[in-house]
Amino acid sequence: MSDPTTEKATWRSKVGLAEMLKGGVIMDVVTPEHARIAEEAGAVAVMALERVPADIRATGGVARMSDPKIIKEIMAAVSIPVMAKARIGHFAEAQILEALGVDFIDESEVLTPADEQHHINKHAFKVPFVCGCRDLGEALRRIGEGAAMIRTKGEAGTGNVVEAVRHMRAVMGGIRRLQSMSEDELMAAAKEMGAPYDLVVEVHKTGKLPVPNFSAGGIATPADASLMRQLGAEAIFVGSGIFKSSDPPARAKAIVTACTYYDRPEVLAEVSEGLGEAMFSIDVRKLDDQDRMASRGW
Amino acid sequence: MSETIRIGVLGLQGDVEAHCDAVIRTGQAVPVVVRDRDELAAVAGLILPGGESTTIGKLLDRTGLGAAIAARARSGMPIYGTCAGMILLATAICGSQQPRLGLMDIEVERNAFGRQVDSFEADIAAPRFGATPLRGVFIRAPYVRRAGAGVEVLASYETRIVAVEQGRLLATAFHPELTGDLRVHAYFVRQCMGAVSAPQIG
Repeated sequence: MSDPTTEKATWRSKVGLAEMLKGGVIMDVVTPEHARIAEEAGAVAVMALERVPADIRATGGVARMSDPKIIKEIMAAVSIPVMAKARIGHFAEAQILEALGVDFIDESEVLTPADEQHHINKHAFKVPFVCGCRDLGEALRRIGEGAAMIRTKGEAGTGNVVEAVRHMRAVMGGIRRLQSMSEDELMAAAKEMGAPYDLVVEVHKTGKLPVPNFSAGGIATPADASLMRQLGAEAIFVGSGIFKSSDPPARAKAIVTACTYYDRPEVLAEVSEGLGEAMFSIDVRKLDDQDRMASRGW
Repeated sequence: MSETIRIGVLGLQGDVEAHCDAVIRTGQAVPVVVRDRDELAAVAGLILPGGESTTIGKLLDRTGLGAAIAARARSGMPIYGTCAGMILLATAICGSQQPRLGLMDIEVERNAFGRQVDSFEADIAAPRFGATPLRGVFIRAPYVRRAGAGVEVLASYETRIVAVEQGRLLATAFHPELTGDLRVHAYFVRQCMGAVSAPQIG
């Protein structure tokens, strides 16, 4: 480019893409056909995967970045942004995804972590990252490493929204607590939360996360989408919830409408009607600790 | 101007909050999030935010809000579209049949600068908004491939048209709402005030 004022991949352009996804639904897809169904239903983006979380859970073993071939086929099939997942700490997978030209990388606990101590230094990349969190401290640690979007972890592949609710309440409650503190209490709060001090100060002043705050992990119905939006999520990820249900196109479309009209029960009642069976779901209390994806990463 | 003017921000999907903040900070208008016909009826002008044009277009179709907006535009309501908003205003979209409002005589190309890794910022000279250039934030941005005879080109990036005006319709491929520079929003608010005092023209 010859224009001397041009700057690529600025922080503002990374967080900006997350801003553009607000109010929308990001859907997990495993084939180009799924991707087209998602786009047709009104998804703002798709997550290109080899297997949805419910299948990853069922299959076991090490879950890795998807085959680039699948990601490229999905990128070619739709005009909306395409995201893909890298393992926690696996910066080489992230480098490959960036080279493929994906629009967002999810450094995800749904895959088997590659590093139990360090997450990816996301500032080193041109492509923006989204990371999961269970509370405000975890969210601010990931933002400190360069995440341009935060989502709740929830418990992926369960069709059970309870963990997403727990994590969103923890994040929003944490923000309200910081807001009510006096300035001289903030360093102690930063120490206790294990969060970067400057970000703690910023949240204290603004009353919100420095980047968009989305929700993921167990959302299966239009009502779940509405619940998470009302609790503070600015957009919704639906993983297994759509393509593991009995009527994916209808459910996808209904969740899109529910995300926009999340605070209008009469609209939610209308779109919730006759959607068929939701995905097979799991009582999270019956999961062994080692089967919980949310506890991966810190 | 004893009464503060109300500016709608289409609230189906996208960076609605950033536009509402920009409208508030002009100090000349109050933002109203528009998701149905009643809310649309209460505003003097409408901003179409950035977001996914396919998502917003489908929701405009499904809710019937698109037809209502087009009718208001034909009777002179000013509209300002950013990025996805520009795509929705265009009559023609290269290689796509996606739903749109189709109000401006322009043909746009989506994702014209590449994927997200190619998103960028640059200074954009646009004398209509003042002598100092705007800082254009381009995110998977479109540009105007063809502008009709009645369309005024307000700014270009290198050789590509990125800001246009046709009567009371304004569109930018970039996002002033992400920069804190209020000049484009202040200009649009003034256009809306003018339209309220002269409703028949347009």
